[in-house]
Amino acid sequence: MSSAREFSATGMAARTAGILFVFVIIFTALLSAAYLWTKPAIEASATEEKMKLIDEVLPRNAYDNALLDDTISLPATPELGLSDVSTLYRARLAGQPTAVVFEAVAPDGYSGKIRLVLAIRADGQVSGVRVIQHRETPGLGDYVEVKKDKNKARPWITQFQNMSLAAVTDKDWKLKKDGGRIDYYAGATVTPRAVSKAVFKAVKWAEANRKQLFSSEGAAK
Amino acid sequence: MISREEFKTIAGKGIWKQNSSIAQILGLCPLLAVTTNAVNGVMLSLATILVMAISNLAVSALRNFIPHEIRIPVFILIVAALVTVVDLLFNANLHELYLVLGIFIPLIVTNCIVLARVEAFAAKNPPLQSTFDGIFMGVGMLWTLALLGAMRELIGAGTLFGGIDMVFPSLHPIQLLPESYPNFLLAMLPPGAFILLGCMIAWKNWMDARAAERAKLKPPAPVAMAGSH
Repeated sequence: MSSAREFSATGMAARTAGILFVFVIIFTALLSAAYLWTKPAIEASATEEKMKLIDEVLPRNAYDNALLDDTISLPATPELGLSDVSTLYRARLAGQPTAVVFEAVAPDGYSGKIRLVLAIRADGQVSGVRVIQHRETPGLGDYVEVKKDKNKARPWITQFQNMSLAAVTDKDWKLKKDGGRIDYYAGATVTPRAVSKAVFKAVKWAEANRKQLFSSEGAAK
Repeated sequence: MISREEFKTIAGKGIWKQNSSIAQILGLCPLLAVTTNAVNGVMLSLATILVMAISNLAVSALRNFIPHEIRIPVFILIVAALVTVVDLLFNANLHELYLVLGIFIPLIVTNCIVLARVEAFAAKNPPLQSTFDGIFMGVGMLWTLALLGAMRELIGAGTLFGGIDMVFPSLHPIQLLPESYPNFLLAMLPPGAFILLGCMIAWKNWMDARAAERAKLKPPAPVAMAGSH
């Protein structure tokens, strides 16, 4: 397919660069198309999963409002490890605030960020915590995720349930290894330590902001 | 088109002779990471088969347009773009499966076996042959990773097919050893994967050596000078 014409060195370089450029354009276009085409489906499954997760941290009988519509938009909150705007959901029973559901990020997992969802009740107790996304070592640190936890009767992450600042001293919000009261499995301590720290910070943050979070304003939306 | 002989050669090379994991010893990073159980190994291999078939096909079809000097960046571009597209499609259409594979689909990009096959085979052969080469290299990886994963979880945790409930919710992992089996953590950690992989490589070499021995014992065939053209 090459013509008989002689190319100079610069000509050859320009031709090669041109070919590379064309390849880049084609494959970038392919990527963009795939991204745009899959975006709605990916977002839809993310929302569906969110509802499933909320069910895990907060029982349905704890609220009677349309949880997903009763929201506060949180700005980037370093206390929760959030560097982006996120959404906080408010649960109410007969108009009275009962709990808030929000996300937090443990920035110091073994391999990057661990995203959590928490529900904290109006009395300051943790209703539930779950790991949404993590990249921890399979079979080692991934037991913070209920599905991967071998202890099916009482998965590791459920020990945060009903903990509160009033019932647990600041010192106790740590792994047993670090002088606290939180269990961990041998072999991986970085992951549970990161999760525990993030939960503690989130509980403290909710306590500090309880006036705004558990106000009865804007109930009927 | 492809002849029967050619197909057999490609399949044999992919599955045994040039097996990516135990003969070429390529792609150890994902191998160590995912083979904590057989199911993960199989899942990653299936994704890899798909990616290798597509990237081999794409490169082979475009091979006459790719100048020799810039072939590596173009190959990397093609492989990376295709892996990302597969990743997005998995996420959108097979979300449950995507949750299981998680980080492992992007990991395929770090699997040098994909680039190795593109460079060594697809760049020099027609599309059909290249696609088969990609598939059978993946199949070779599949059984190796499945075996390695099964050994690791059996020794490490006493179970088989852990995580199968993530793929087929109705199935459950099989507890082969008694519940009281003290988990052997080393098998679950990367060093355990290296040790067991070493055993598998030794096993392959032993099998090959035995086959060679047998071939030597056989009286030479009348036309023994094949390949001297």
